[in-house]
Amino acid sequence: MTEHAHQHGEKAHVVGYGQYILIWAGLMGLTGTTVALAGIELGRWVIITALTIASVKGFLVLNIFMHLRSEDRTFRLFVLVAGVVLLIFICLTFFDYAFR
Amino acid sequence: MATSVVLAGAEPDFYHTVTKRKGILSWILTTDHKRIGILYLGTILVFFHAAVVLGFLMRLEMLKPEGALVEPQTYNTFFTLHGIIMIFLFVIPIVPAVFGNFFLPLMIGAKDVFFPRLNLFSWWLFIAGGILALTSVFLPGGAADTGWTFYVPYSIRTTTNVIPALLAAFILGFSSILTGLNFITTIHRMRAPGMTWFKMPLFVWASYATSWIQVLATPIIGITLLLVIIERLFGVGIFDPTLGGDPVLFQHMFWMYSHPAVYIIILPAMGVVSEIIPVFARRTIFGYNFIAYSSLAIAFFGSLVWAHHMFTVGMSDTGMFVFSLLTFLVSIPSAIKIFNWVATLYKGSIDLDVPLLFVLSFIVQFSIGGFTGLMLGALSVNIHVTDTYFVVGHFHYVMFGGTGFGFFAALHYWYPKMFGRMYNKGAAKIAWLLSTIGFNILYIPFLILGYAGMPRRYYHYLPQFQTLHVVATVGSWILVLGLGIMFVNLFLALRNGAKTSANPWGGETLEWTTPSPPPLENFDEIPVVTKGPYDYSKYEKAAQEVA
Ligand SMILES: [Cu+2]
Repeated sequence: MTEHAHQHGEKAHVVGYGQYILIWAGLMGLTGTTVALAGIELGRWVIITALTIASVKGFLVLNIFMHLRSEDRTFRLFVLVAGVVLLIFICLTFFDYAFR
Repeated sequence: MATSVVLAGAEPDFYHTVTKRKGILSWILTTDHKRIGILYLGTILVFFHAAVVLGFLMRLEMLKPEGALVEPQTYNTFFTLHGIIMIFLFVIPIVPAVFGNFFLPLMIGAKDVFFPRLNLFSWWLFIAGGILALTSVFLPGGAADTGWTFYVPYSIRTTTNVIPALLAAFILGFSSILTGLNFITTIHRMRAPGMTWFKMPLFVWASYATSWIQVLATPIIGITLLLVIIERLFGVGIFDPTLGGDPVLFQHMFWMYSHPAVYIIILPAMGVVSEIIPVFARRTIFGYNFIAYSSLAIAFFGSLVWAHHMFTVGMSDTGMFVFSLLTFLVSIPSAIKIFNWVATLYKGSIDLDVPLLFVLSFIVQFSIGGFTGLMLGALSVNIHVTDTYFVVGHFHYVMFGGTGFGFFAALHYWYPKMFGRMYNKGAAKIAWLLSTIGFNILYIPFLILGYAGMPRRYYHYLPQFQTLHVVATVGSWILVLGLGIMFVNLFLALRNGAKTSANPWGGETLEWTTPSPPPLENFDEIPVVTKGPYDYSKYEKAAQEVA
């Protein structure tokens, strides 16, 4: 009964197919980079590079395909909180792995 | 505000509202948050009693050093099932899913949660997970024997039904995430006019903090359990060292959820305590802001301490130092709550009624659980007592002595509102006395046994431990007797209890302004909130005049 109470202002977030295809190509390119990098011996930089590329991809998917950029501020803040918490979790784990 | 509202016979209560569907369907297809709360209560109590029986049998088994009752493999499945059911099907959902669902909308002056259908879906997921967990016991292969922690590599190699048990926990996780999401949205969007953030009851604050942990931490256990399933099915080397995996990584990811889960478990119970104390001390809560913020602080810092479960697995020294330090830090907001509760009681007009008695047990037992937790957080002691009965005693003090008793308190406090009847208070007090005494006789020996070196989960033990094991088992009998009296008493009162008024305890929060049980839409008119949730100034003024 209350599910539709919140009518968020339908801003015009209609984006052309061209942009979607461009972003998609970019994502495929990044995936290719990850695969290519996996073959190179990067030592302790392996995880940092892989996670950075994955974060960029996640950012693109959230913003473009999931329309996060046209959502309201509170909602974007919530997603940011989730991202920061994940970042903290990953960093804390490396207090173990990085210092073994 | 609380006593002035009489909605005599204006509307039938939610049990008697004419609905589209009749009989059982009016329950299992309902979107009313109150009915969903009752559904959770019924189902969770079934699981709880099953797990109590398992615990009871385990204590009988421990009467003799060489085993008294069952085969070793059966004992392994007993403690695994006892753990899985108690954690995933009892302590995690009990307060948020039952009392959160029933009372959160009432306390903020809303008609329902923000997503009522999603709420029903969460219950169905809960049932699906519960049924899957129970079926895994009877499928060929036998019940899982890994302990509730599913540690690799054993959980990858054992031939028992680990996959159904993992899937069950996975599905239950989804139920928990969706409930959390629903509560966060409800609290943001559905508060009655005038109910600002700092006029919210503290139970709502606690639920809010809990919901965030549910949403942020539960996905981690979800993916971790799925990875174990993938590794079992396809032999992908993620955690198994023989395939190039890392078993310590499993422990990191498991505890990344399962330690915050401790706060999913305890925070709502702390919220209950913050509700009950001002009502029965007839005093405004001491340090409202501190209690509200400490819930958020516990949720945040509590999420950063997980590796204190892993001090003996070969982590780096830096890691051990950091996680030990963080563990000590998280005790500060917990202590703030304890001090504020005690300060509220100080010089209050205390009415030692049933809910407050359970709350007092909570405070003492949770404090013991917290202090033994600090002992475990210290690296030197931890290495000595890891995987002993000391750990088992510690977390039973937190989970059962804390949340379990918090649940009993909540049930006795809100029972008249939920069912419109009052239980027999004499019997309830006897039940409180027996369960408190039984609980402590059961678990104090655990702490001593563990310190003396009794390892957890062992089937055989050295003869010098027998006396304390026997004492603990006798304690379990007293505890079970107390629980029996408590639930029989509450069950009988469903039919025979005296009809009760809208506000039998004199509470000041919004749920007491509507009839018991509430009508379908909770309030005739959505209330307008003008003052804080625990305004007992009239009592305080009266007390001063007398003095
Ligand atoms: Cu922990």
